[in-house]
Amino acid sequence: MDLNAQRIVITGASRGLGRALALELAPRDTRLLLVARDPDTVAGVAAEVRDRGGHAEIVAADVGDKHAIHAIAAAAHATLDHVDALIHNAGTLGPPSLRPLAETACEDLQRAIDVHVLGPFRLTKALAGPMLLRRRGLIMHVTSDAATEAYPDWGAYGASKAAFDQLSRIWAAELDGTGVRFLAVDPGEMDTALHHQAVPDADRASLAQPDDVAARLVARLGQPAPLASGSLLEVQR
Amino acid sequence: MSPATAPPRDARAFRLLRLDVATGAMAAGDVDDLHTALRSGDLLVVNDSATLPGSLWGCLADGTPLEVRLAGAQPDGAFAAVLFGTGTWRQATEDRGAPPAVRVGAALIFGDLVATVTEVDAELPRLVRLRFDRDGTALWDALYRLGAPIQYSYLDDPLDVWDVQTPLAGRPWSVEPPSAGLCLRWELIRDLRRRGVAVARITHGAGLSSTGDPRLDARLPLAERSDVPAATVTAIGATKAQGRRVIAAGTTVVRALESAAPDGHLQPATGWTHLRLGPTTPTRVVDGLLTGMHEEGTSHFDLLTALAPTATLRRAVAAATAHGFRGHEFGDLMLVA
Repeated sequence: MDLNAQRIVITGASRGLGRALALELAPRDTRLLLVARDPDTVAGVAAEVRDRGGHAEIVAADVGDKHAIHAIAAAAHATLDHVDALIHNAGTLGPPSLRPLAETACEDLQRAIDVHVLGPFRLTKALAGPMLLRRRGLIMHVTSDAATEAYPDWGAYGASKAAFDQLSRIWAAELDGTGVRFLAVDPGEMDTALHHQAVPDADRASLAQPDDVAARLVARLGQPAPLASGSLLEVQR
Repeated sequence: MSPATAPPRDARAFRLLRLDVATGAMAAGDVDDLHTALRSGDLLVVNDSATLPGSLWGCLADGTPLEVRLAGAQPDGAFAAVLFGTGTWRQATEDRGAPPAVRVGAALIFGDLVATVTEVDAELPRLVRLRFDRDGTALWDALYRLGAPIQYSYLDDPLDVWDVQTPLAGRPWSVEPPSAGLCLRWELIRDLRRRGVAVARITHGAGLSSTGDPRLDARLPLAERSDVPAATVTAIGATKAQGRRVIAAGTTVVRALESAAPDGHLQPATGWTHLRLGPTTPTRVVDGLLTGMHEEGTSHFDLLTALAPTATLRRAVAAATAHGFRGHEFGDLMLVA
C-alpha cells in the first residue's frame, strides 16, 4: 500500500524508526496520530512534522497498558476519521542492559510481552474493525531478526518479538481476502537509542540511519509490486 | 424478560428470534442463523460508532458530589449531559439522590478535567449542556482516563470500556453501546460477504437509553450525531434496484437511514438528527431490523412498530421470553424482516 495521503497511526513515534517514519511521511499529504509514552518528546516530533508541512496529532500512552488502548483508538478515529494504516513500532529492551534468560526478571519478560505482544494485539483489535468494513487497511509489525535468531542475552526481546511476528502471520491468515493486510518489517540494525542500549560498544558508523531506512521502507511500499499479506519485508536486504 | 447480567465472553452465544413480519412466523435459534436468514443480495447496514466512557463522577466547586452522564457531542463542541445525585451504579437510577441544582457558568470538576455549564434546560434542570476545558486528543485522553462507561444496575460487575465496544467500532460518538452490533464479529462479517450478503456502514452516536426520570425519558432520544456516507447510499440503491432487502443492524441504523431520507429519497447526510419513529412513520429505506429485545413503552420499542404491528411484536417478545431469551444492553436479539 502506498502510504501517500493516508491516515496513519504510529506507535513508538518519539524516537528511532518511529520518529523517522513520521518525518518521512510528513510531506506526503498524510495525517498522522503519533503515540508514545513521553508527552514532551512526542509533541516535539509532531512539531517537526508540522514544520515539514505535515499534519500530526499526539497521544501520550503506553501501548503495554490495556486501559490506554481505547483511548488511542478513540483519539485516532476522532481526529483522523478513519485509519488506513497502523504501524506497530513501539519496542522495549526491558532492563537497562541485555541479560541471559536465567538472569531475566519475570517482570521484565512480562513487560516485553505487554509491549510487543498484548499491546499490538489489543490495538489491532481496537482499530481493524472499521478497516474490515471499508475492506481496506494495512497493519505493519516492525520486527527484528532477534525474533528468529537465537541471540544469547536477547531472550525477553527475542521471545516476545517471535510471538509478535506470529501475530502478524495469523492475523493475515484469518483476515485473508478481507482487504485488511498485514506486513512484518525488519528494518535491520539501525543507529538508534534502543540499539545503543543493547550494544553500547557498536561501531555506529556501520549502522544504518533510521531516516534512510524509513525512506527505503516508504519507497518500497509505494512500488506497484505487491507484498503478500503476512509476509516479511527486510528493508536493508 | 430478565436482563443479561454480564457482557458476553463469546459473541457466538447471542440467541436470535427470527420474526417474519408478513406471516407472523417465528423461529428461535442463535446469532449464526443470520447466515441463512440473510440472503445473497441482501444488504446489512451496521453502525460503526465506538462507545466513549460517558460517566464522570466529580463535584461542584463547593464539593457537592455528582455524576454526569454525557449524552453526546453537539455541533458547537459542547456536550449534552444529564446530572445524577448521590448513590452508586448498583442502585436503579430512579432510586438515586436528586441531582444538585446548577446554573449556567457552574464548574463541574472531575479530577484535573473541568467542565463549565453553558445551558440548563428550562423544564428539566438536570439536562444541561457543558463545555470541557480542553478539546482534541487532550479531551479524549482525559475522558478515557477519568471516565467510565455508563453503568447498568442489573449487571454483576461494573463495565470496563472494553466491554461496551462492538467489534466494528470506529469513531467514538456513542455514550451507550449500539448493542445490536455487539454480535457482529469479524468472522461473521467476512462469511456473510463470502455468501453474497453485502455489508455497509453508517456512524450514529447512540444516546442515553434511560435516565430513570420519566419526564426526561419521555424526551428520549435526544438529538444524535449521524453520518450516512455516499458509498452506503449507493449500496442501498443497488440493493433496492435488485429487489433485495436492506437490513439495519440496530435501531440506531434505522434512525440514521430514515433521517437521511426525509422525503423517501435517501441522500448522503452528516449532522444531528431529532427524528422519532413509531407506528405512524413507516420506514422508507429499511426493510428489516436486527435488534435487541426491547420492552413496550420504550422509544426503541416504538421504533420497532415502524416495521411491524404492535401485536406481532408483543407476541415475539412473549415467545422470546418463553425461550429464555435475555433482555437489555447485553441481551439476545431479534430479526424483524
